[in-house]
Amino acid sequence: MNFDFSDEQKQMRDAARKFLTEKCPPKAVREVLDGKATYDKALWTGLAEMGFLGVAIPEEFGGAGAGHLELCVIAEEMGRALAPVPFASTVYLAAEALLLAGSDAQKQKWLPKIASGEAIGTLALFEGKGNPSPQAIKLSASGGTLNGVKKPVPDGAIADFAIVAARTGSTGRDADISLFLVDLKAGGVEVRSLTNIDPTHGQAELTFKNCKAEPLGAAGDGWSILTQVLDRAAVLVAFEQVGGSDRALEMGRDYALDRIAFGRPIGSFQAVKHILADMYVSATLARSNCYYGAWALSTNASELPEAAAAARISATQAFQHCSKNNIQVHGGMGFTWEFDCHMYYRRANATAVTLGSLSYWEDQLIDRMRKKNAA
Amino acid sequence: MNFDDTPQEAEFRATARKWVAANAPKEFEEELSKSSLGRIRLAKHDMVEVGKTWQKKKAEGGWACLHWPKEYGGRGATPIEKVIWQQEEGVYGKLTQPFQIGEGMCGPTVMAFGTEDAKRRYLPKLASGEEIWCQLFSEPAGGSDVAGLRTRAEKQGDNWVINGQKIWTSGAHYSDYGLLITRTDPNVPKHKGLTMFFLDMKSKGVEVRPIKQANGMQEFNEVYFTDVVIPDSQRLGAVGDGWSVSLTTLMNERMSIGSRLATGLPEMFEFCSNLMTDDGLAIDDPATRSKLASWAVKASGLKYTSYRAISALSKGERPGPENSIGKLVSGTMLQDIATYAMDLEGASGALTGLDEETASGQFQQMLLSSPSMRIAGGTDEILRNIIAERVLGLPGDIRVDKDVPFNKIPTKGR
Amino acid sequence: MNFDDTPQEAAFRAEAKAWIAANAPKQYEDELRKSSLGRTALRDANILEVAKVWQKKKADAGWACLHWPKEYGGRGSSPIERVIWQQEEGPFGKLSGIFIIGHGMCGPTMMAFAGEAEKKKYLPPLASGEKVWCQLFSEPAGGSDVAGLRTRAEKKGDDWIINGQKIWTSGAHYSDYGILLTRTDPNVAKHKGLTMFFLDMKSPGVDIRPIKQASGQSDFNEVYFTDVKIPDSQRLGAVNDGWNVSLTTLMNERMSIGAGVSTGFPELFDFCNSLMLDDGPAIEDRNVRSRLANYAVKASGLKYTSMRAISALSKGDRPGPENSIGKLVAGSMVQEVAMYALDLQGAAGALSGPEDAEIAGKFQAMLLRAPGTRVEGGTDEIMRNIIAERVLGLPGDIRVDKDVPFNKIPTNGRA
Ligand SMILES: Cc1cc2nc3c(=O)[nH]c(=O)nc-3n(C[C@H](O)[C@H](O)[C@H](O)COP(=O)(O)OP(=O)(O)OC[C@H]3O[C@@H](n4cnc5c(N)ncnc54)[C@H](O)[C@@H]3O)c2cc1C
Ligand SMILES: Cc1cc2nc3c(=O)[nH]c(=O)nc-3n(C[C@H](O)[C@H](O)[C@H](O)COP(=O)(O)OP(=O)(O)OC[C@H]3O[C@@H](n4cnc5c(N)ncnc54)[C@H](O)[C@@H]3O)c2cc1C
Repeated sequence: MNFDFSDEQKQMRDAARKFLTEKCPPKAVREVLDGKATYDKALWTGLAEMGFLGVAIPEEFGGAGAGHLELCVIAEEMGRALAPVPFASTVYLAAEALLLAGSDAQKQKWLPKIASGEAIGTLALFEGKGNPSPQAIKLSASGGTLNGVKKPVPDGAIADFAIVAARTGSTGRDADISLFLVDLKAGGVEVRSLTNIDPTHGQAELTFKNCKAEPLGAAGDGWSILTQVLDRAAVLVAFEQVGGSDRALEMGRDYALDRIAFGRPIGSFQAVKHILADMYVSATLARSNCYYGAWALSTNASELPEAAAAARISATQAFQHCSKNNIQVHGGMGFTWEFDCHMYYRRANATAVTLGSLSYWEDQLIDRMRKKNAA
Repeated sequence: MNFDDTPQEAEFRATARKWVAANAPKEFEEELSKSSLGRIRLAKHDMVEVGKTWQKKKAEGGWACLHWPKEYGGRGATPIEKVIWQQEEGVYGKLTQPFQIGEGMCGPTVMAFGTEDAKRRYLPKLASGEEIWCQLFSEPAGGSDVAGLRTRAEKQGDNWVINGQKIWTSGAHYSDYGLLITRTDPNVPKHKGLTMFFLDMKSKGVEVRPIKQANGMQEFNEVYFTDVVIPDSQRLGAVGDGWSVSLTTLMNERMSIGSRLATGLPEMFEFCSNLMTDDGLAIDDPATRSKLASWAVKASGLKYTSYRAISALSKGERPGPENSIGKLVSGTMLQDIATYAMDLEGASGALTGLDEETASGQFQQMLLSSPSMRIAGGTDEILRNIIAERVLGLPGDIRVDKDVPFNKIPTKGR
Repeated sequence: MNFDDTPQEAAFRAEAKAWIAANAPKQYEDELRKSSLGRTALRDANILEVAKVWQKKKADAGWACLHWPKEYGGRGSSPIERVIWQQEEGPFGKLSGIFIIGHGMCGPTMMAFAGEAEKKKYLPPLASGEKVWCQLFSEPAGGSDVAGLRTRAEKKGDDWIINGQKIWTSGAHYSDYGILLTRTDPNVAKHKGLTMFFLDMKSPGVDIRPIKQASGQSDFNEVYFTDVKIPDSQRLGAVNDGWNVSLTTLMNERMSIGAGVSTGFPELFDFCNSLMLDDGPAIEDRNVRSRLANYAVKASGLKYTSMRAISALSKGDRPGPENSIGKLVAGSMVQEVAMYALDLQGAAGALSGPEDAEIAGKFQAMLLRAPGTRVEGGTDEIMRNIIAERVLGLPGDIRVDKDVPFNKIPTNGRA
């Protein structure tokens, strides 16, 4: 057994941290937060140059061909730095869907562009309130054209292409759903930006009107591909959440050491110490669950569905817990725009719902454990 | 034990109801009833202006600061009448937000320590909302540890000259007067060298700089004082006695009963009653019910705790310490409720646009605003200390700065 | 990253598996599998006896205290081999409960501080379970504050004379030896006047009185010492250096990895899988699922946290501080799990008799035992302090008794 990242992977993590510390300081995140840019283009280019965008994309498609463990360590750093770039939508959702279900031509067309930073991709799944479910997909596909509305679509306003989940049947079964690939720059799609609690990651509404689309994967396979994509993304986003949790914990700890009240560092009060100890506990539980998710992801293990749900739940809880209590430890300062605490709080609560809510994943986890148990 | 109005109370209620029906600004009723923490704004009007108009009208009708003596702008009402009024005022009570600090804290302090002249001059206008007051206590060096403040007041002839900085002052940007606590002697232990004043916020040398909050709004401020002159007649309490004067203010803050602490429950209950999820109405889902039930009993627990205090007051007794749990319970609850409401909205839970979803971003605003409830007016940790020490009688924290001259206390942790 | 055995590990696992298959007391397997926190007893046999037989058998074949050197009764195994053994031993590992204090704390302390002759004499029978050891640290005056202890040891010639009282001593009533922390100098600051010994629990003057626990059982005791004589050769570490010696013991307690802190989750999951509620199987209820999921990720978080530590150990690295969260998380979790299981049983949830209660009162027993987990071996609050101070680097509590001579420290809160 070796339940740890390798030394090379850890070196990659250090490289990513160094790069992001330099290229993605809070000041850069704030450019997007304050609406001065839709995402950090320079950072995006830099990530491509570092080879991070294509780290898990095979060499034949222009990537580094390293693997998913490498992607996990980078994801953690992206979350830690709150990188305001469409990394999750492009790399965890679009690229993973292409890798799982794309034709050779589709992979040849899009994956190299993802790796080089030329193309931003996303997944258009949701149609308003609710969680992932085949019943909720109403957008229709017939004769290679799509009609319907998707919302929210992560990074939908800046994406070049989208993987779109569409209804191609009405039997009430999973096989009613198929996936399509849409070149968003080719017309037929109206884009409207949506405000959301975390402006560092845009959300959009995409309206498809007789929009040309090519199938991705076999007809009727859509739901089964989506489930796999969501599981894979759940692990990767969980690493971002763990990175964010750790950073929030460190911020709280540092502030507690520096801030004096009643003549002593506030970190010497047990009320504060215990808040921070509990943050450490939840961050540690999440990290360990994520490592297991990373293993399952990288080996395509049959345990992945269960491991992904556990990582997702644990990391969501940890990030929510750490980011809110980081504000608490900062007192009034924590409630200012100027301090970075709220950026983590916003990110934590936004990522808590983007792939489907905590309740949804709780339900999924027990379903999956139960199936395994019965088998 | 009963919840019935006595005949006098019933009569009072009827009078109040009639007056509210005839005078309240009904055009805002709908908007106000939908507003909740972090979203008390009127789409087309300035909330402070509308609030001022309503408050003035109330004052003229004798419905402002009901429990204050008539000569200071009140009605001389009993505590129970005040509560009845609040019940009848209903959603319009939300308009009184800009006056709460003045009415709840500054007013009572001036009442207790101001000269008769000062009381007659300032209190009626405070009550009628014509003049808004703010509370200038917290400083960068001390919020929980208010007594750690550094703003200096030095005597010069009949005046005091103020230099220093306050922070987190809610409403300073629209306030006319402020209650200001300062350090007059840095050579004695920290609680002993403080003095309280009130001042005109338009005085020369007062500079108010709004601070942008984590939720994107600008409700609190930094206030800088450069050689600001305050006449000695605006001193409240003795020189060096500011700490005990401030305790009166803070006690009033915490005792202000029925002050309508938001818990988020009514909004949440309504939201769940109407929300369709993939498998039916949210309120039919056992998981949602279990959460709602735990919040419901907290909300009702708080409500009935405040009723117990009101009953005590109406019998002329001092209410017990129970009320101190209010903000501690409701702050966390608001945060939890907002988080769960977003959870129920699923992947759209993070959207905030007014037009986006049924609850029109209400819970998202609540989420972003709720952290302040756990900090403002005493952090959760300080409130727990207060309960442990003042209610349960446990020993206080070890105070390393107690007998140390103020200017010898460390200012940096590392 | 992988969970595969190396070839050597696989060979070791196969050997362990074969040996266990051939030797384990299979007649108890089912009962042991079903036992859980607060309920590890056998219906028709004395668990102490069964455990001793199993431990001796293991020792004879070289499977006891695997990571100890051979000359002291162990096998000289690597940490990872020890973990593999634990995995293979499975439910029979529950029989080691009574030896945990001896193997996990007393043994390592002896190993670090006893003379060579003592180690050779005492450690092998400790490893083989022929002799059971207990830990005599806590006193009425100090549990969290162990250094506040008052049991006196006074030098008389080559011996020490002990007077005083210990409390909460698990297993004292069936123990043969104990490690004992005493005060040898009350005139210096409290951490500076302590000395550690080990002693024969049958020595004259040792009086053991079982304490009835909140759970109704009696696993721990008060131990009184009246002029008990201990030869100086049984001193562990220098005179007045007992505090440092005790830190070794406690560190070993906390480092003992894979000790399998009980979370109650597997039991609850099984229970919910078979329980029928009024409107269908419990496991299909959204509320039940939500709770289960929360517990599941804590349990798996702990499991993988300890695997991370094991991985570090097997690479010869020192494990990180993560493992310190185990008991803190598991303690309140097992309590909540038990409460929730009772809740699911409705009004019958309060029944605890093995005949009447659901699954033989397992969760009722768990509920009553759980508070002890949050206290023993460091309370939740002390564990949080340890994490805050040693892991996160926050300042220690302000210590009012630090430089005060021990006999000047107040003994009553409300004077
Ligand atoms: C929205 C908002 C409005 C406000 N309005 C006003 C106003 O109008 N006028 C005004 O004067 N002030 C106002 N305040 C300030 C408020 O009273 C302070 O922010 C609060 O008292 C905390 O002080 P601090 O910010 O200095 O935090 P600190 O006191 O530095 O606290 C930081 C952390 O340390 C903890 N801590 C501090 N001391 C202890 C202790 N002894 N034991 C345990 N834990 C401790 C706190 O709980 C907190 O978690 C407002 C604050 C907010 C957020
Ligand atoms: C089932 C069981 C088995 C045990 N077995 C043994 C054994 O074999 N040998 C042995 O020596 N002991 C044993 N103990 C004793 C155990 O180690 C002590 O009970 C424990 O350390 C707590 O000490 P105490 O009971 O004196 O409680 P106290 O230390 O008095 O604690 C009372 C409360 O005060 C809190 N508290 C104390 N100090 C602090 C602080 N500095 N900061 C914050 N909170 C604090 C505690 O967290 C607790 O909530 C056992 C206990 C149990 C329950």
